[in-house]
Amino acid sequence: MLKMTDLHTELKESIVEQLNLEEMEPADISDEEPLFGDGLGLDSIDALELIVLLEKDYGIKLTEPEQGREIFVSINKMAQFIEENRTK
Amino acid sequence: MQKELYIKHWVKIKAGKIFDVEETFLATEEKDLNTFLKLGYQRLQISYPKFHKMDGLSKLGILASEIISRKHSFSKETALIFSNAASCLETDEEFQNSMQNFPSPATFVYTLPNIVLGELSIRHGLQSENSFFVSPQFDAALLVDYSTNLINTKMAPQVLCGWIDLQSGEYDVFLCLISSEGKTQFSEEMLRKIYYAENDRPTHRT
Amino acid sequence: MEKLYLLDDAIISPLGFSTEENMHQLRMGNSGLSIQKPKKPEAKPICAGIIEDAKIDREFAKIGKLEEFTKLEKMAILAIHSVLKRNRSLDFSNTPLIIATTKGNIDLLQTSKGFDKNRIYLSEFSRQISNFFGFKQPPITISNACISGGLALVAAKRLAAVRKFENAIVLGADLVSDFVVSGFNSFQALSSEPSKPFSKAREGINLGEAAAAMLVSTKKPKRKSSVSLIGEASVNDANHISGPSRTGEGLFRSMQKSIKMAGISSKKIDFISAHGTGTKYNDEMEAIAFNRAGLEQVPVNSIKAFYGHTLGASALLESILNKHNMLNNEVFASANFEELGVSKPLNIITENTDIELKYALKTASGFGGCNLAMVFQKEEL
Repeated sequence: MLKMTDLHTELKESIVEQLNLEEMEPADISDEEPLFGDGLGLDSIDALELIVLLEKDYGIKLTEPEQGREIFVSINKMAQFIEENRTK
Repeated sequence: MQKELYIKHWVKIKAGKIFDVEETFLATEEKDLNTFLKLGYQRLQISYPKFHKMDGLSKLGILASEIISRKHSFSKETALIFSNAASCLETDEEFQNSMQNFPSPATFVYTLPNIVLGELSIRHGLQSENSFFVSPQFDAALLVDYSTNLINTKMAPQVLCGWIDLQSGEYDVFLCLISSEGKTQFSEEMLRKIYYAENDRPTHRT
Repeated sequence: MEKLYLLDDAIISPLGFSTEENMHQLRMGNSGLSIQKPKKPEAKPICAGIIEDAKIDREFAKIGKLEEFTKLEKMAILAIHSVLKRNRSLDFSNTPLIIATTKGNIDLLQTSKGFDKNRIYLSEFSRQISNFFGFKQPPITISNACISGGLALVAAKRLAAVRKFENAIVLGADLVSDFVVSGFNSFQALSSEPSKPFSKAREGINLGEAAAAMLVSTKKPKRKSSVSLIGEASVNDANHISGPSRTGEGLFRSMQKSIKMAGISSKKIDFISAHGTGTKYNDEMEAIAFNRAGLEQVPVNSIKAFYGHTLGASALLESILNKHNMLNNEVFASANFEELGVSKPLNIITENTDIELKYALKTASGFGGCNLAMVFQKEEL
């Protein structure tokens, strides 16, 4: 299993890739920065893509879209949730 | 009272070239669609990160409308009347492929041809009439009749209309800004003339 | 002011193969939705409005060769055929066919089912229908998300003003395909039960399939009462390509402009046929827009829980129901409505009611930020 820090880096890389944040480097995303709203400025379609990402890469299926709201707060929060719930 | 209408400006994107009535912005041999679109984005010095999230059709629309809007600012009620042959078939195929594994919501949202109208409305702040028509080939009469009606009934002060087609990586874009000011008369004949000029491979349904 | 008269129509849906049958089922409160077994065992069942293939084929066999047409083409042809057989004197040389569909024969994308690969093109779908009847002009196809069906009606009115034709046939048709089911699923927008438009417990949409056809005319018919489209406008939100505007901006402006074009005060509106898909954000957006337009007291319904969302057909199908509601002076209870669950007051119709209808408003909204409002008027001779 990946160490916590590796998971952070991996997540940033897949977010930049999956959400086509072309003008951004994974390193530009901070661990604490909010992903939505003023932070990275992601929107509702990005949130749905992140739900797909959780299932595809970590085998986590969110049944309620509302759950995403609590998980996609920051990279730290996402990484923590993945560590606790991943099936792959 | 019927007003005389004019083609105030036009732009074309075709076979590696992005050009308008006055100048050529990009001419490249690049065959890959995404690389070409990115080159266009860089050459036009657009700063709009959302561009990279869009499908090919919307990217083409952003590039073309950017050129026109820099020369003639759009009023908020400028209508968008677009047409093409393939609807959003390229994106349909991409979504169909994603369906086998993890269907992508970010791809699905672009599986409607009018999404490009939505993207342009957001980019240019247009709260206006939109309509997307699909026809086997460039239908000048439809664009003229529909746009003329919108302006004559005061539903829109001007109309951005045209053809924006993408099939198997091949693109054919011709957009023009129609208004009551200008020099080039807005007629079927003139639209056809400009569309077919330097266009030896107009896209159409095979 | 130019008007577009709604002369005749047909609806092909799970609730029946004629407008009369559909109206009857709605009056009885019957829904066309049913739970569909998933094709993949691991998938969830969906609740949708599906027309049985066998039923379509049974009807279609009377007028055409089954193997030559796709399911959606058969539905569309049945709808138009039903209108044309009652209007045999129509002059095809000067009658355009205007077709609205979001996805056409999208079910052929995965496997062509023996049809030519061109059949996936929307214009080829339209050409097949046009050729079946022998329309002389090339068909006009509109694909503008969930307002397509209404926009086709609007296009008929606008083009008639320029092209000076008298009659037109307008069609709206879409399928429930694996493609759209998978897409709306990825949006987590599908409700596993019949949708509950405007209700607190609403949790998403149902998909539905239908074909709706209408004969329209710029000439006033010699009838005791007739319904016409007298005002229309479509305004983009310029806000988000999938999320409805939080302020209802585009819909609000569409309603304002269409009412202004109709030359009436908004106080004259007797009834609103809303889009009402049953998603959290759409219904909320509509409630805000209706309130901003001062229409919160006007009786309003959504019939999406009877049909599901029939996408490119819906706004035309609902305009047909609207027309017959006006002629009959009746309105239907908003399907599956429970407790109001939007932040603004609305006068949701809770039971079938007889009311005098002179002016009605039809609204629709869709992906790409599009909105549409149409004002209909009833005239008595």
